[in-house]
Amino acid sequence: MTESIETPTPDGETLFGLEEMELNFGPQHPATHGVLRLKLKVDGERIIGCYPIIGYLHRGTEKLFELSPFFQNIPHTDRMDYVAAATNNLAYVGAVEKLLGLVVPPRARYIRTILSELQRLSSHLLWLATHAIDIGAMTPFFYTFRERELILDLFEEYCGARLTLNCMRPGGQPYDLPVGWTDRCRELVDLFPAAIEEYGGLLTENRIWKKRTIGVGVLTAEKALAYGVTGPMLRGSGIQWDLRKAMPYEAYDEVDFDVPVFHNCDTYDRYLVRMEEMRQSTRILDQCLKQLPEGPIMGKRPRVLKAPKDSEVYHGIEGPKGEIGFYIVGDGKQQPYRCRVRPPSFYNLQVLPDMVEGLLLADLVAVIGTTDIVLGEIDR
Amino acid sequence: MPQVLIDHLLMPVLKIGVVVGMVMGVITYLVLAERKILGFIQVRVGPNRVGPWGLLQPIADVAKLLVKEDVIPRRAVKWAFVLGPCLVVAPALVIFAVVPFGPPSTVTGGEQNWFITDINVGLLFVLAFATIGVYGIILGGWASNSKFSLLGGLRSAAQMISYEVPQGFTLVVPLLMAGTMSLNGIVMAQYEQQVWFAFKFLPLGLLAFFIYLVAGIAESNRNPFDLPEAESELVAGFHTEYSGMRFALFFLGEYANMIVISAVAVTLFLGGWLPPFPNVGWLSFLGLGLPPAIAGLFWFTFKLFCFLFVYIWFRGTFPRYRFDQLMELGWKWLIPLAFANVLLTGLVKILL
Repeated sequence: MTESIETPTPDGETLFGLEEMELNFGPQHPATHGVLRLKLKVDGERIIGCYPIIGYLHRGTEKLFELSPFFQNIPHTDRMDYVAAATNNLAYVGAVEKLLGLVVPPRARYIRTILSELQRLSSHLLWLATHAIDIGAMTPFFYTFRERELILDLFEEYCGARLTLNCMRPGGQPYDLPVGWTDRCRELVDLFPAAIEEYGGLLTENRIWKKRTIGVGVLTAEKALAYGVTGPMLRGSGIQWDLRKAMPYEAYDEVDFDVPVFHNCDTYDRYLVRMEEMRQSTRILDQCLKQLPEGPIMGKRPRVLKAPKDSEVYHGIEGPKGEIGFYIVGDGKQQPYRCRVRPPSFYNLQVLPDMVEGLLLADLVAVIGTTDIVLGEIDR
Repeated sequence: MPQVLIDHLLMPVLKIGVVVGMVMGVITYLVLAERKILGFIQVRVGPNRVGPWGLLQPIADVAKLLVKEDVIPRRAVKWAFVLGPCLVVAPALVIFAVVPFGPPSTVTGGEQNWFITDINVGLLFVLAFATIGVYGIILGGWASNSKFSLLGGLRSAAQMISYEVPQGFTLVVPLLMAGTMSLNGIVMAQYEQQVWFAFKFLPLGLLAFFIYLVAGIAESNRNPFDLPEAESELVAGFHTEYSGMRFALFFLGEYANMIVISAVAVTLFLGGWLPPFPNVGWLSFLGLGLPPAIAGLFWFTFKLFCFLFVYIWFRGTFPRYRFDQLMELGWKWLIPLAFANVLLTGLVKILL
């Protein structure tokens, strides 16, 4: 690409003082989904260099984990990936349970599965809304938010919060499902497939949408693996890897669902993967609601949660954006000695420069949309 | 007052005042209509706080823009920065001078014509003034001294120049059909030939209409061709650095352009002020039993608003094209099609 910018005359001088333009994309840019800053080198509209600069939302969450007891750290996890709080909670409490050897009763496991699938739906809806609006289609935004609202209402009814849920505890669930909650959840599950078709009707076969996404931001399977990309990004690159199937947790081994995989490695396929995942999520929800067992929601646990001496554990689950994992080291105290988060967005963002090199500025926006990043968990 | 002054000063000034006033009024309420229609498409309500049904919203918006601070960036090129918005609005308004809103005196038998002026090179006039608008955008984008504005200006320069070619070609088709360049003459030709030019020499007329529609949307920088101001890519494109009334002028220019392009399309392809099927006896009720002048005005406005609705509908439905795809569509599809269309129309006209 660089040759086209400077075409030296025979004596080595350039005719005009030509150089590539540096464009500062973000951190206050409508398409960077928060405070992502990209330093771009552009030749006209063509991107020849992309350097993500992160850290604008750094709050020192990992350090904060070391300061308070295990159960007081759950709200910190809400604020990492703030559009998927339930799965963050689940990954954290899962790690703590592993560390302390707590057993979760079946009803709590099912409630957790339901909550995290609802969260996956709401996260994917937000992704679809912003992805579409980045590519210039405004209308899907409002359609997806209509259904997302219903999901948030369910969350609110369950735990009082809509976004930062704080809805799980080590050893079980803090609350049982309210009366009539399952019926309202059932209504949502019943109307959802039609809603997905409605979004798809605006986009899936739309010529402009296909032109903007097919062949854009190609991420080969080798590269995806090399960078540690997970979640729908990985499955859009043709690799069937889903922790819900590969290392089942909670109730996922008791329900039947498919893991969608597409092989063209481009933005359009990642779109299809996520759309199909939403359909599978409704399937999981449907089965969970049918199989929901009765019983206690909190298992046996010590009054004070203390990690064993010299213990360490890693627990990763399949969040909406990829593998969200917690690595916790305990030293016999009530607090973790060290807690390290493996956020999916951080790893998925790494491939961005590779994916956008040589593309146009408009494609950059589409590719940022398809990586589905949340800066809260990248910066932590 | 001597008759000559009334004929050549008072009446034209009055007419200009009425037309410009009407256009401004239509623009302000077009914005409200757009927000309402988009609201309907997007399962929400749209503006409904100011006045009943949000009817006073445009007035509140204009008042806000008027009193807002007018910022000129320190390192901007001041004269170009100031000139840019004016160059977008003025030409768009000037084009209304040749658009016939209603039947001429020869039809109504009255004293007055329902257009400001009727010049024999009307089509060239339209083309010439439609071209000037792009300078405003380029100047504004360049003078802002902002990279996003510059990219927006560049995009619009390439886009508007590319799409003027098929637009210019396709304007030749109604010209060939009518045998005159005067816009009023073209409507009268449709009246005499008893067919709207969009449906003459099918499918040639329809194709010309379609190409004009696409090129027109691209010319006015509307979705799905709104690349110069693509908010998700270039923040706000060429008007990123503008605020207050200067921004409002760009805004005004965009909507004035929409109306102009629709008005020209209605005039050239959809029979202007003619009612549908003016010569079919049993459909004469479409004249509404009104004097021809009033009925003509009604039909012109009706067609115009149908057109504007299509613009808004597109905005609610389509994603945005990418820059190279836009160029590809223009140069690889529209220009050859428009060119072939002109040749075929000429051929058909000679043969028939």
